[in-house]
Amino acid sequence: MASMEITQNINQSSAQNISTRLRRQTRIGENLIQGFLFLCGMISIFTTIGIVFELGKESLLFFSTPEVKLIEFFTTTTWQPSIGKFGVLPLVNSTLMTTIFAMLIALPLGLAAAIYLSEYASHKARSILKPILEILAGIPTVVYGYFALTFMTPLLRGIFGEDNVQIYNTLSAGLVMGIMILPLVSSMSEDALSAVPRSLRDAAYGLGATRLETAIKIVLPAALSGIIAAFIIGISRAIGETMIVAVAAGSGPAFTFNPFKGAETMTGYIARISGGDLAYDTPDYNSIFAIGLLLFGITLILNIVSRRLVAKYREVYE
Amino acid sequence: MISDPFAATEHNRVASGLSRRHRTGKIWQAIFFSATVIGLVALVALLWTVLDKSFSYVAIEYKVDPATLSSKPLQELTNAELVNLLEANLSKNRFRTLDRKQTLTERTHADLLTLIYDNIVEPRALASYSMSQWIASSQEIRAEVAEKYPDAKLEFRAWINGDFLIDPLSGDPLLVGVRTALMGSLFLILITIAVAFPVGVGSAIYLEEYADKNKWYNRIIQTNIDNLAGVPSIVYGILGLAIFVRTLAPLTSGALFGNADANGRTILSAGLTMALLILPVLIINSQEAIRAVPNSLRQASYGLGATKWQTIWNHVLPQALPGILTGTILAVSRAIGETAPLIIVGAATFITSDPTGPFSKFTALPIQIYNWTTRPQEVYRNIAAAGILVLLISLLTLNAAAILLRNRFSRQHA
Amino acid sequence: MTTQTNENNIIIQANDLSIYYGSFRAVKNVNLGIQRNKITAIIGPSGCGKSTVLRAFNRMNDFVQSAHNDGKILFHGQDIYAPEVDPVQVRQMIGMVFQKPNPFPKSIYENIAWGARINGYKGNMDELVENTLQAAALWDEVKDNLKKSALALSGGQQQRLCIARALAVKPEIILMDEPCSALDPIATLKIEDLMRELSVKYSIIIVTHNMQQAARASDLTAFFTMDEDRAGLMVEYGETSQIFTRPKDKRTEDYITGRFG
Ligand SMILES: Nc1ncnc2c1ncn2[C@@H]1O[C@H](COP(=O)(O)OP(=O)(O)O)[C@@H](O)[C@H]1O
Ligand SMILES: [Mg+2]
Repeated sequence: MASMEITQNINQSSAQNISTRLRRQTRIGENLIQGFLFLCGMISIFTTIGIVFELGKESLLFFSTPEVKLIEFFTTTTWQPSIGKFGVLPLVNSTLMTTIFAMLIALPLGLAAAIYLSEYASHKARSILKPILEILAGIPTVVYGYFALTFMTPLLRGIFGEDNVQIYNTLSAGLVMGIMILPLVSSMSEDALSAVPRSLRDAAYGLGATRLETAIKIVLPAALSGIIAAFIIGISRAIGETMIVAVAAGSGPAFTFNPFKGAETMTGYIARISGGDLAYDTPDYNSIFAIGLLLFGITLILNIVSRRLVAKYREVYE
Repeated sequence: MISDPFAATEHNRVASGLSRRHRTGKIWQAIFFSATVIGLVALVALLWTVLDKSFSYVAIEYKVDPATLSSKPLQELTNAELVNLLEANLSKNRFRTLDRKQTLTERTHADLLTLIYDNIVEPRALASYSMSQWIASSQEIRAEVAEKYPDAKLEFRAWINGDFLIDPLSGDPLLVGVRTALMGSLFLILITIAVAFPVGVGSAIYLEEYADKNKWYNRIIQTNIDNLAGVPSIVYGILGLAIFVRTLAPLTSGALFGNADANGRTILSAGLTMALLILPVLIINSQEAIRAVPNSLRQASYGLGATKWQTIWNHVLPQALPGILTGTILAVSRAIGETAPLIIVGAATFITSDPTGPFSKFTALPIQIYNWTTRPQEVYRNIAAAGILVLLISLLTLNAAAILLRNRFSRQHA
Repeated sequence: MTTQTNENNIIIQANDLSIYYGSFRAVKNVNLGIQRNKITAIIGPSGCGKSTVLRAFNRMNDFVQSAHNDGKILFHGQDIYAPEVDPVQVRQMIGMVFQKPNPFPKSIYENIAWGARINGYKGNMDELVENTLQAAALWDEVKDNLKKSALALSGGQQQRLCIARALAVKPEIILMDEPCSALDPIATLKIEDLMRELSVKYSIIIVTHNMQQAARASDLTAFFTMDEDRAGLMVEYGETSQIFTRPKDKRTEDYITGRFG
């Protein structure tokens, strides 16, 4: 189309005029706003830096006190700052115990509820059951703490005997924590199950599989990474949960595997120490930062792993 | 069907296998359903526990029975008559001390009543029996009370009542109210919203409208926000303690503004901590709302020669606003119930005056619930239950507002 | 081919224009001069890059992060992709009407006033609204309901409102990307009539996959197609009557007679 290569022949004044009209304007307001918005976004970065820096700094202070030895911190089983014993295992142990009890409730029930809601429930049943789970998820944890102490603990003492079950015990706290986490596990698992395409189910039905076989043998494996992600988030939530254990699991670190006995968790310890009138810069006080850092590290890793898994199933099905 | 015996047995085998498979299916369906219903059972148990404890029979012992003080019920007496009652029943010294604190004749009716209860009647709650306990065994309870506390009267008491809402905190379980705590929560939430809303929406706008997703730093910001959403609230409490309570104490205590003898354990520190806590969720919710605005709207605006901010301010934000507000309400209701971070940044557990500003010491509703729950006396369980009811009703109201907003929004766009 | 073009009359000109989405070349080596106060139609099979080229003319492609260009687009001789040029200013002078009517969820009046206002219009707003609505042949239908939501209008009315909205900014060129594809035949005819009237004052470029529309409503037609790498290219450009009756290129002829696309 050689003929279309037209030489420009526009009169000079018009060209000049147009280039001034099109000249880039300096819009100070726009730039200020963009700068402000960017700063807003950066605040979350500062938050993370703040957490890592402050927890790290105070933890260093803690570990630099002469009584505290890093190895003993992680390996010994007595936490008694008043006599200079700083073994974190009792706290970690009871955190693990409450977490395990919580997961014994939340994982099977959460998954079963998710399967029911995504594979079986009629529209009407869903519209009743889902909001109930959402309400459960919206109840403040201090209320669950109250529930553990005034409902679950008497129930356990009624079943297993008042002599066997202490008023404060890790089992009660753990079980109620499981109820609290159940909605989270079920809604995340349900998301994963629903992301499995219809066509896969239809294929299974077409081969004569029952609904159960389809759900368990086809849909569940296909949604596995999302379900594992839900489990991991549930665990992370249980480890970080404070109020239920602060109310119901007992105060005072104890290294015990007895679920009927009271034992303070990592979070419970932080809450008790900081709620008291401890002087700044004592080893006790600094220890809450060290334990906080441990908590932050564990939950962060779990969250990252979980998000990776969710991203994986999204990638496959979306 | 007698033609081929082999085919018939084959048929039977398949049929019986099938019915077995269906039976297994039915059983499992019932199991899955029960798991879902357990959520409902737990919710009912929880609400029932709280309601049951909000009403109770209390064994109360009076130093002086209020009925003997006057021929009329105390509530119906005039201020002057109340002052007379005080004068008649108190020692001269005690009466004068009270009058010096604040002239008695100038005090309010409610104030005078409180004085009479505190100084003359002096009721003491000795034991408390929840509604269910009462219904199950009222005879035994009567006998027990008569034996253990011969001077006590058994009275029915609804712990959640009008006075409970408007009375300040008090050391006396029969006089305690949640006003101080409610006001604390209100102040706290206002500060939280004032900080978190602009910053959160600002971040969301930046990430959705400005950020080039291919740039490493924008990806880091986004990933970081997603990860922060999963950090336990207690860690935010520790951060708030380190940054707002201690490092920024001159600012958060109000010392910079001439507020002497203060430390950083103020409502401002708590509000800022809470703002950081809800920020990730608020950002993520707002991002979703902004992402839901159709691109055609942005194109229409840009096509007219609008700048980026003109487009966002005039078209994107108005369209996204209902979604942003819904997301904010959900984030804020989380903050209202949060307890752990407040314990860490040092909410006071006992304080009887309403907060007056950002530099006030404060308490908050969940803190009081925690505090009451951990007291050994049974009456405090009743008070905690009443406090929980107040908290749950506030949250329910907020969430209903969010749902209404969402419905109105979706109807508009239907 | 010596086109009937008065070469002084070129308002916007693509020179050796190639447009990429990331590494994918969506359009290659387009040379196209658009004449002042004419209606130019761009036709061609789906996916051949018509919209891409159109959006390049007022820098709407800037919003696609992966998009970038080779070559030049000269508006009155000024390269609109030159670093000193402000894309916002470009869009004020080169307006756009989209495939699906996209009025703002505001009143009819506000739809028109907003663009003028942000561009610094200081005159009588009521007058401007009336004039542009009249120019868009919508005034008689909406004059009693200016406060009504634009979303309550029919699709055809919405699209004319979008045209009126573009006019209120006083552009020189109006780009239209399949403006009638979502409309019924009667609304379509109305818009075509409107284009004819507007071409007295404005230069119009319309992308359409409807050949009858191009034949009916345009003065000049550019025919695009794709090569084997799916890169769009311009095959032929000339007077509409010539393109539709005496196409020079075999590919144009195949397309027009329905043997392709
Ligand atoms: N935003 C985009 N990102 C990547 N590729 C795009 C984008 N928009 C269009 N394309 C691709 O560019 C080519 C031309 O598209 P388009 O200009 O919309 O064609 P037409 O309007 O002629 O149908 C197509 O192959 C299309 O897939
Ligand atoms: Mg197109």
